[in-house]
Amino acid sequence: MSVTIRIPTQLRELSGGAAEVDAEGATVADVLKDLEAKHAGFQERLFDDNGELRRFVNVFVADEDIRFLDGVNTDVADGATVSIIPAVAGG
Amino acid sequence: MAHVHGLRCRECGREYDVAPIFTCEWCFGPLEVAYDYDAIRAATSREKIAAGPLSIWRYADLLPSDRNPAVDLGAGFTPLVRADRLAAELGLGEVWIKNDTVNPTNSFKDRVTSVALSKALEFGFKVAACASTGNLANSVAAHAAHAGLRSFVFIPANLEQGKIVTTAVYGGNVVAIDGNYDAVNRLCAELAGSYPWAFVNVNVRTYYAEGSKTLAFETAEQLGWEAPDHVVVPIASGSLLTKIRKGFDELHKVGLLDDEPAIRVSGAQAEGCSPVARAWLDNVDTIKPVKPDTIAKSLAIGNPADGYFALDAVRQTGGGLAAVTDDEIVDAMKLLARTEGIFAETAGGVTIATLKRLAAEGIVRSDERVVAYVTGHGLKTLDAVEPTVGPTAVISPTLDAFHEAFPPADLERA
Repeated sequence: MSVTIRIPTQLRELSGGAAEVDAEGATVADVLKDLEAKHAGFQERLFDDNGELRRFVNVFVADEDIRFLDGVNTDVADGATVSIIPAVAGG
Repeated sequence: MAHVHGLRCRECGREYDVAPIFTCEWCFGPLEVAYDYDAIRAATSREKIAAGPLSIWRYADLLPSDRNPAVDLGAGFTPLVRADRLAAELGLGEVWIKNDTVNPTNSFKDRVTSVALSKALEFGFKVAACASTGNLANSVAAHAAHAGLRSFVFIPANLEQGKIVTTAVYGGNVVAIDGNYDAVNRLCAELAGSYPWAFVNVNVRTYYAEGSKTLAFETAEQLGWEAPDHVVVPIASGSLLTKIRKGFDELHKVGLLDDEPAIRVSGAQAEGCSPVARAWLDNVDTIKPVKPDTIAKSLAIGNPADGYFALDAVRQTGGGLAAVTDDEIVDAMKLLARTEGIFAETAGGVTIATLKRLAAEGIVRSDERVVAYVTGHGLKTLDAVEPTVGPTAVISPTLDAFHEAFPPADLERA
């Protein structure tokens, strides 16, 4: 599957300034691995030492938080957008 | 004035210079302002504060902005009202209501907005913005108008009419989004990366959040420089609860409170959006995001950024949490109005309903001095009480009609 990963401002230094990166994979975990392969450094920023997504990292597939889906094992459809977003503040 | 070292990540401890940033670049954890407490201790005193303005800015030494004049509509220094009739009805000994309904735009958000926009002007921003469930939108639109700033406030389109009108009236841009608050906030996080705007609860959030500490500062000052035993605070993102606790601790750190506070901190949530309360009730460490579905729209954050910190604060201090139903919320709004003459919005209903539940469970005790934080005015959420509140009688203008509606015998007994 080909997806578009939206990169938050805080991580754009790793993607050479790009707000969007194309990636391949069947699941969120796969596409994030592909992201690491294309731009080294994402892995250690997104995942902690136990290989879990850091607790303040939110990942959305087509505007749905993956915690409501299958976590990093969530399947991604062809052409989907995967967004990495910091946690939500109040207002 | 501000006595700030820099910024620090609450999750991993990494340090940063003062800048309009809000998340740790390493771990995405929330940043907080790191103060030079020795400098504050040397600069502040109870006398200096007492001589200061009747607003949050009397505590300027403990706030992160140097802007003079601050962007200030007079937020804060709200009444701390002794609530004996409410206490009696709940079987409690001593209850105080911190009545933030009386702020310039009728919610506690005026405190955080005043700090955020003052700091934003220091950074050179020219546009004020926010994502909001309503109260912040009101506050930002008003303060921006007062400061002559353009503003863009983003809200869910299904907000209460009162909140939409009371935001739009100030003449800024009001963008109503077809989605819930979490979706609005996500959009704003992306916009904050693209436009040089001061999103008070996004890129300026680190400074904004500090304004909430003033609720604790005022409580202590108004109690004669004493700390209460137990506080009950509503939880949306969790920021308010953690900052109130921090506020009391800071007062001791800088010598304004003699004794180290041992305050039990309890949190209030609506059942229809209770990720933090759920984790406490289930006795687990992981907070699961939810899709909010509650009349308490100002607390409807399904994935609270400070949720873990709020949960920790409650556990560490021996407080409790409750997830109250929409019916309990409305009943509590009316209970507070009936017993104390204070009309709170749904978030206030959540707080009072939680106080009632925790009192019944013995978590809030009758030997404690309790402060409940009422964060917004009931006029903001009229639709919550409208169905069940109205005239006692509608009659013709005649004595007969009155006597029929209110038999004299009944009146004598009343």
